[in-house]
Amino acid sequence: MTAEIRDIAIFTTVAAIAATALMLVPGVAVAWLLARRDFRGKSLVETLVSLPLVMPPVATGLLLLWLFSRRGPLGAALARIGIEIVFTPAAVVIAMAVMGLPLLVRTARAGFEQVTRRYEQIAETLGAGPWRVFSTVTLPLAARNILAGAVLGFSRALGEFGATIVVAGSIPGRTRTLAVGIYSFTESGQDEQAAVLLAISVVIAFVAVFASNRLAREA
Amino acid sequence: MAAFDLDFTLEQGEFTLSFKVHVDARALALFGPSGSGKTSALEAVAGLRMPRRGRIAVNGRVLVDTDGHMNIPVRHRHTGYVPQDILLFPHLNVRDNVTYGRRAGSRPDLSVLIDLLELAPLMNRRVGSLSGGERQRVAMARALYSHPEVLLLDEPLAAVDLPRRRRIVDALIGIRDQLGVPLIYVTHLPEEALTVADWAVLIDNGRILAEGPPKQTFDTFGSFRSNVQSR
Repeated sequence: MTAEIRDIAIFTTVAAIAATALMLVPGVAVAWLLARRDFRGKSLVETLVSLPLVMPPVATGLLLLWLFSRRGPLGAALARIGIEIVFTPAAVVIAMAVMGLPLLVRTARAGFEQVTRRYEQIAETLGAGPWRVFSTVTLPLAARNILAGAVLGFSRALGEFGATIVVAGSIPGRTRTLAVGIYSFTESGQDEQAAVLLAISVVIAFVAVFASNRLAREA
Repeated sequence: MAAFDLDFTLEQGEFTLSFKVHVDARALALFGPSGSGKTSALEAVAGLRMPRRGRIAVNGRVLVDTDGHMNIPVRHRHTGYVPQDILLFPHLNVRDNVTYGRRAGSRPDLSVLIDLLELAPLMNRRVGSLSGGERQRVAMARALYSHPEVLLLDEPLAAVDLPRRRRIVDALIGIRDQLGVPLIYVTHLPEEALTVADWAVLIDNGRILAEGPPKQTFDTFGSFRSNVQSR
């Protein structure tokens, strides 16, 4: 295996882990809100969160490109404090997180909905405030689903292609991921490298799914 | 002895529960057939149901008063609640269930609760491995550890086999007398109402039919009692 291939594998795995970490807190928070609270604009939030699941990934990428470009609403603000996102490794992580988020939110939400309100009520009668109820009762009881959702999100991140190539490109040694690499190598006739990346993808995906199944059984 | 000042109405499915009891007692039994509104009354005291109107106070401490626009949140009510389905936290062991309610102020010493409810051999068990009677005792300890001013129990003997019921009854008497925690409990078993309570309230279809010292109440309403049992 060449150094380039090895670096692509490591970068992709690290970026997918970072993306999972990035989506975890907002994903769990949104899942809890959707499961437990009624509020104005709830349907809007539901739709927005699920959008990347149904939109073509390339379209999501284009949307991110617009948001984070120097003239975009987020990109302009970030540029003022000297942060550039587009065509950087950060763009890879953001694209992965946005694409993985819907899977995390949907799975975690189902987990929260399965936790009967009555356990939370009992915790309240024992003097627990909202945060304690959430962190010691709701969250642990939904943990299995949250974990499953995080693994799904991670897997989605690992295979992300469409949004990544639009917002981060395929810069060797900088933003090239497994999926993007397979495409780029095939495109330029480097079939051998593409095949190695393909094999690595299979191994990483296998390990991730195997580990998550083990964890789910033990949880 | 606790001053129970319970006067409220509550929507309950097809009928309205009208509840009005003013009494000084150590243990109050709410007795009646299933669906009569007993559990709803208990949940109103715990704060899990909001009365349409009325006032609930225990020992002069007002928990809800619709006229005064007052409604103490559940977590500040200090009402230990043991529901009929017990609901021990499935992800915690017995010890962590019992000590869940960490509230400031004096609380019954854990060792006192362990002795009174015979929990010593259970403390490190997983709750999934407990019998009905054991679960009931653990749930009572959990509620008591949070230093409640009143303990609410919904059918405390329902999940317990006949031979083990005596232990639960003894535990209830211990809570009432040794710990001095007043009780309100729901039951459809007359003998349970007779052994622990010093005041019984007969409810049917959301209305109080009679109240008084348990024996006297049941003697007066013997026909009602046999009627309930035959249902």
